Amino acid sequence: MNQFEVTMAGFGGQGIMLAGQLLSYTGLKDGKNVVWIPSYGPEMRGGTAYCTVVISDIRIGSPIINTPTCACVFNRPSFDKFAPRVKPGGLLIVNSSLINVSTDRKDLTEIQVPATQIAIDAGNGRATNIVVLGAFVGATGVVKYDTLISVVEEKLGKKKELFEINRRVLDMGYKIGRERAAQRSHA
Amino acid sequence: MAKILMKGNEAIAEAALRAGATNYFCYPITPQTEVAEYLAKRMPDYGGVFLQAESEVAVGNMLFGAASTGKRVFTSSSSPGISLMQEALSYMAGAHLPCVIINIMRGGPGLGGILPAQSDYFQATKGGGHGDYRILVLAPSNLQEAVDLTMLAFHLADKYRNPAMIIGDGMIGQMMEPVEFPEKYVEEELPVKTWAATGASGRKPLIIKSLFLDPNALEHNNILLKEKYDQMAKEEVRFELYKTGPKNRILLVSYGTMARICQTAIDALEAEGISVGLFRPISVYPFPHSQLREEISRPNVESVLTIEMSMGQMLEDVERAVAERKPLAFFGRTGGIVPSPEEVIEQIRKLLDAQPAPRKAKKA
Repeated sequence: MNQFEVTMAGFGGQGIMLAGQLLSYTGLKDGKNVVWIPSYGPEMRGGTAYCTVVISDIRIGSPIINTPTCACVFNRPSFDKFAPRVKPGGLLIVNSSLINVSTDRKDLTEIQVPATQIAIDAGNGRATNIVVLGAFVGATGVVKYDTLISVVEEKLGKKKELFEINRRVLDMGYKIGRERAAQRSHA
Repeated sequence: MAKILMKGNEAIAEAALRAGATNYFCYPITPQTEVAEYLAKRMPDYGGVFLQAESEVAVGNMLFGAASTGKRVFTSSSSPGISLMQEALSYMAGAHLPCVIINIMRGGPGLGGILPAQSDYFQATKGGGHGDYRILVLAPSNLQEAVDLTMLAFHLADKYRNPAMIIGDGMIGQMMEPVEFPEKYVEEELPVKTWAATGASGRKPLIIKSLFLDPNALEHNNILLKEKYDQMAKEEVRFELYKTGPKNRILLVSYGTMARICQTAIDALEAEGISVGLFRPISVYPFPHSQLREEISRPNVESVLTIEMSMGQMLEDVERAVAERKPLAFFGRTGGIVPSPEEVIEQIRKLLDAQPAPRKAKKA
């Protein structure tokens, strides 16, 4: 890997910005160059929020990425906006609990993760972002999973109960991501 | 110290604290309000003053007053807010007072928008307020540089007893990147501030002013200011070259965030065997005129392409440096639209297509 770009998108409150930041911290801890950029601008409540993370072995030039290597989409408007933008050969991770369609693009890999359902079943619907983050790292291996665990613990470990849920759903997401990516390579 | 991940606005605020800033005055405005938010929390730890004023006009005058005492004072704002401070900046320049201003620029004119732009280059580099003066202006293109230049700005403001400004855009303010702070901020020793109004016990009262009704005295003050600007031009010019060399057919000139986007475009073209270099001014006042002239004068450089997030402001300084030695082209986007590397590449291709590759000279 020289450079990997991921856009995370959903609506406000789904923890999009935090998921991107956790990934950036992990990249930094792994010794990579990282940039995190939020969408900032006039937005109405319930609109889309997104951030982009660039993880690179080389000096990062443009922080603006129009065609990311991967998009993780948390709701339907984000799916519509970002699925067409993923680079050919790239990856699309879809929160299938809230998005009931799949892409008709044949030039990318799509992984459906029922992230919101997994989070609710585990006892905290707000952990959707952690499921997706786990799935992303499981599917791509862009950062070390052990490093990600240590970052999640460091940043979200204060409230023990919530952390245990986060830790559990992180694993579940990671497994789904890793399995789907493995199926893909054996197909 | 280890690298930590920080948002640009917060990194700039932390850098100011570590450079010994003790007095911060502000009025909130997007996209830089996190500077104020951060300092509201952290300033008390440093025993400093955090004050949210009733307007940017008040901020300017608070800076003027606090700077007169010799403290390290600063503010942060964005384009329309900076405009409101210009009167005080002119007074401070006239009164030889140091002060640091952070301008996280947004699209204009008027109230404009809140998205990234390089719309205030003229205002920053050509004086800004009324009267015959300049301020020193530095333009970081990544967050480590934003930290380093913010700290340097406090030093240079004191060294020249002149306002110094950092110009960035919303991208610099809002993005997160790893930054490293020095364990201890070490700077060259500066003269004792004998001019500072710190109480007149045991000495004559000092007068700090920009009013000189005697034309000879006023002209004398302008001559003193000019001497400082001449010294800055000698000692404070900063720039960076990226992939410049004898194979460049085109030289880009760009600063700040825009320069990073140009770097990505240059890398992509290099992979295709097309060689393009970048000249990136870091100090935009003083502008590296003679250094740029040297770069564009190389025989392999066929044309110079200036790229900005404006309709062409730095372009005028580039024109002055190039002085018709080479053809000049310009590309800019405004209103908060940040050009993509693809757009930059397209502009470079257009330019290359317009000027066929030079034929190799035949042997006689």
